[in-house]
Amino acid sequence: MSDEASLNLFQQQEANRRRTAVLVAGFVVFFAWLGFGGDYIYYLLTRDAPRQAYHHAFPWFGIGLSLAAAAIAWYAYRTGPQKVLWSTGAREIVDPRTDQERQLVNVVEEMAIAAGVPRPRIWIVDDPDPNAFATGTDPLHAHVAVTQGVLDLCTRDELQGVVAHELGHVKNLDVRLMTMLAALVGAVALMHDGTSRVLRPGGGSSDERKPSPLVIILLVVWIVSWILAPIIAQLLALGVSRKREYLADAMSAQFTRNPLALASALQKIEGAEAPTTHIKRGAAHLCIADPLGRRLTSHEGLFADALATHPPMAKRIAILRGMGYAQLKQEGR
Amino acid sequence: MAPLAFLLVLVVVAAWLIAAYNGLIALKNQTLNAFKQIDVQLKRRHDLIPNLVNAVRGAMDFEKSTLEAVIQARNQAVKVNATGPEGIKQISRAENTLSSALQRLMVVVEQYPQLRATGNIGQLQEELTSTENKVAFARQLYNDTATQYNTKQQQFPTSFVAGLAKAQPADLWEIEDQGEKAVPQVDLSLKPKT
Repeated sequence: MSDEASLNLFQQQEANRRRTAVLVAGFVVFFAWLGFGGDYIYYLLTRDAPRQAYHHAFPWFGIGLSLAAAAIAWYAYRTGPQKVLWSTGAREIVDPRTDQERQLVNVVEEMAIAAGVPRPRIWIVDDPDPNAFATGTDPLHAHVAVTQGVLDLCTRDELQGVVAHELGHVKNLDVRLMTMLAALVGAVALMHDGTSRVLRPGGGSSDERKPSPLVIILLVVWIVSWILAPIIAQLLALGVSRKREYLADAMSAQFTRNPLALASALQKIEGAEAPTTHIKRGAAHLCIADPLGRRLTSHEGLFADALATHPPMAKRIAILRGMGYAQLKQEGR
Repeated sequence: MAPLAFLLVLVVVAAWLIAAYNGLIALKNQTLNAFKQIDVQLKRRHDLIPNLVNAVRGAMDFEKSTLEAVIQARNQAVKVNATGPEGIKQISRAENTLSSALQRLMVVVEQYPQLRATGNIGQLQEELTSTENKVAFARQLYNDTATQYNTKQQQFPTSFVAGLAKAQPADLWEIEDQGEKAVPQVDLSLKPKT
């Protein structure tokens, strides 16, 4: 954590740009591996076939899948934020009608000034469980969404802390990486579901000829990686989001100069036991607190480190309290 | 071998010079931009105040002096039109007076529950709070950015490039002690006598 937190903002943004590029490249390379690997296996299988039978010589699968992956990544970059917002059923606040909405708009405007970013677009998710998330590709195209629960439960100061946390994610470009991750993980899951119906194991190769061991090994590796794809994607999503929460908490404290308000907001969010039903697994790593209310989030360790999307709430609150008391002490109160 | 090593050192030094220079210029522009942001928020506040005062004038016959103080402070603040370090001091003095007048108004509004009950006073309070916060946060951003800029240009070894980038320490937006200290006293005097 310390190596991550000690980076300055510019380095943080740079790291996020790089990670997004690596993520997209990894995504395309993975599909290329699936495609060209399949081509190669098919080529080995048909190499010894009789002269008039089909010989797989040109890597159609590989080229096709690579192009498809690149197209998906581009599409995800363009429409990722909209997809994430759509999946949570958020509605945009264009001109606020109720006092609550007006206060939210004011608070977001204030925090945008404090963070020195343009005002993001503001959304409300109609869910009684308090939670919030940010999405977008850069500070100019950013969205901040809070649930109705946050508006109902939190005071103005606490709302400020929550919104500032989200703007922290926007400012250091976490949103770009996390939104891309959500979109690509979704794409992998979708394609996996679709193709596993077509790709029945053992189907088709009913002839008696024994393929060479090399072909079998390749085939096994290929099928295993195909099965593991969504799991790897999920693990990636988990690993990438945890440490950023500490950093965004610290940025929130920097913007509001009031870490205790965020601490009490987090306590309220934690206290509301019910899961955020509107936010599904795909967007979980974008939220300020785990919307699925998983147990893993409540402790830290090797297992939780590998599988939880969020750091333990108790630890986050303790760190924020520490900042708050240090601040009070400095002011001599 | 030796000329190659020399060349390498030269390239590294040149790369560092460019990076340090550009970093300073970027911070300088950020500081200027943050200062403009304060201006924007102050203008917004000046424009908002007449509307706010009109909205409460009818309901607040009994607190004429508070309202008048706000209007007077606002008109004073609008009039100040100075530049340079002395200008910043003048502006901040006028704006601080306006801030404390507005804070007094907010306290007054809070002290009269019947005021809060009438229609849009709740909205008014929210607008006042938000306006004050926006000014305060714009100032905070400016001070943070300016501090970063000042630290950078004084730190070794960037300090060597500071002259080249025409970097000069930026003035922080200070809160005048008197204005800030006077407010709590006013708060106390307005507490309802129980």
